Amino acid sequence: MNEHIVKSYDEELTQLAAEVARMGGLAEAQVAACVEAVAKRDVALAEAIVARDERLDAMEIDIDQRCTRLIALRQPMANDLRRTLSAIKIAGNLERCGDLAKSIAKRALQLTEIEPLTPLTGPIERMGKLVNARLREVLDAYTSNDVECAISVWSSDHEVDEHYNSLFRELLTYMMGDPRMITACAHLLFVAKNLERIGDHATNIAEVIHYELTGMPLTAPRPKGAPL
Amino acid sequence: MNMTTSRVTLAHADAIPDNAPVKVKAEGVNVFYGEKQALFDVSLNMLDRAVTALIGPSGCGKSTFLRCINRMNDTIVGARVEGRVEIDGQDVNARDVDPVLLRSRVGMVFQKPNPFPKTIFENVAYGPRIHGMTSSKKELADRVEAALKKAGLWAEVHDRLHSAGTGLSGGQQQRLVIARAIAVDPEVILMDEPCSALDPIATARVEELIDELRRQYCIVIVTHSMAQAARVSQRTAFFHLGKLVESGTTEAMFTNPTDPRTQDYITGRSG
Repeated sequence: MNEHIVKSYDEELTQLAAEVARMGGLAEAQVAACVEAVAKRDVALAEAIVARDERLDAMEIDIDQRCTRLIALRQPMANDLRRTLSAIKIAGNLERCGDLAKSIAKRALQLTEIEPLTPLTGPIERMGKLVNARLREVLDAYTSNDVECAISVWSSDHEVDEHYNSLFRELLTYMMGDPRMITACAHLLFVAKNLERIGDHATNIAEVIHYELTGMPLTAPRPKGAPL
Repeated sequence: MNMTTSRVTLAHADAIPDNAPVKVKAEGVNVFYGEKQALFDVSLNMLDRAVTALIGPSGCGKSTFLRCINRMNDTIVGARVEGRVEIDGQDVNARDVDPVLLRSRVGMVFQKPNPFPKTIFENVAYGPRIHGMTSSKKELADRVEAALKKAGLWAEVHDRLHSAGTGLSGGQQQRLVIARAIAVDPEVILMDEPCSALDPIATARVEELIDELRRQYCIVIVTHSMAQAARVSQRTAFFHLGKLVESGTTEAMFTNPTDPRTQDYITGRSG
């Protein structure tokens, strides 16, 4: 793409994308860490995640302010306008991912106080890895302006849903089998649900990237996992 | 998997249907100034009751194209126009078309307001008078009043109709010139950068006026301000090096243009 005649405009847009990528990196790290905190029953790590969430909130505000400034002072058009709007939207989605990771970290803290449910650690970890991979792929799609990659993330969300459904059934079985496990299972159910939502945010981001790069919304019906 | 994407059509208050009647139709227009060709095979439909903005860098031919519509190029020595320009299906270059009558159907507003060195009243009355459009003083006065009202100037000048038009502010002068153009009941109004000499408030007044007028006329406006094209027009056409690169709804042109040259121009990139 050709450069803007006004160089500082180019710099501002490049900076904006870099900030979104940086925020994405932090959100991704938070999601990876919260799953680890659950799996390893790591109190220190869980507390660190909760404390770090403020940084994501601050980054979202910073990105919103940069975009407001850009719209007011540069009046971006066409692809520049789409890039600016997508920065706002992606930052919003990443901020939600951070909140969900923080909530998982809080549950990790509570889970350390009760008996471990060892057989379920593996499935939760696997789901966490999958969701984190989706988030990483979609952020790669953003930094490399790769619309095909964004579409691939968008069309593979059903894998996350299937993981969630299978965990849901497994947790129900444990709860029915032994009511003393209900507390742990309920916490893990929320953990799984939060991971599933992070996956949804990754697909939202994929849609935003698609619109940014092509100017057209992704409107095809998305492949869905089997209903519960 | 069946992956489809579609352009979302936004419900917009300003939306002009694609099947709206075409008022001015240009087909295969070439313009030469002596040896130099200024326009290359331009074909463009301009819809009735809509504003079409012509944008593009200086020297791209947008003003030349505008001037084809009311045969202003006739007045330039060595200028030659090929191709067809129609208003309501009638060829404006046909031999039996009187350019003076044509220009009463096609009003024009220029970059710098150019009121006659006469009173406000006489500026507006001039057109109807030379075209013999009124039969009494009362009728003429009514016509002047109606035109000034349409141009949004009446309230500001009704008590000083007989003072000099040139004594008005720049923005008022531009609206006076627009009143002069609409006093002869034109069908098409051409505007060549009508706001480039005006301050933002006067610009906003003229833009508001354009929005009012487009409900009644076919308006074609040349502007260097992307923001103005985006604000006032429903259709936009981008010219580059004498060629029409792309035209479409203003919304599509400014959010998702098809041609990279359009994209570079409207986003301020060097092509």
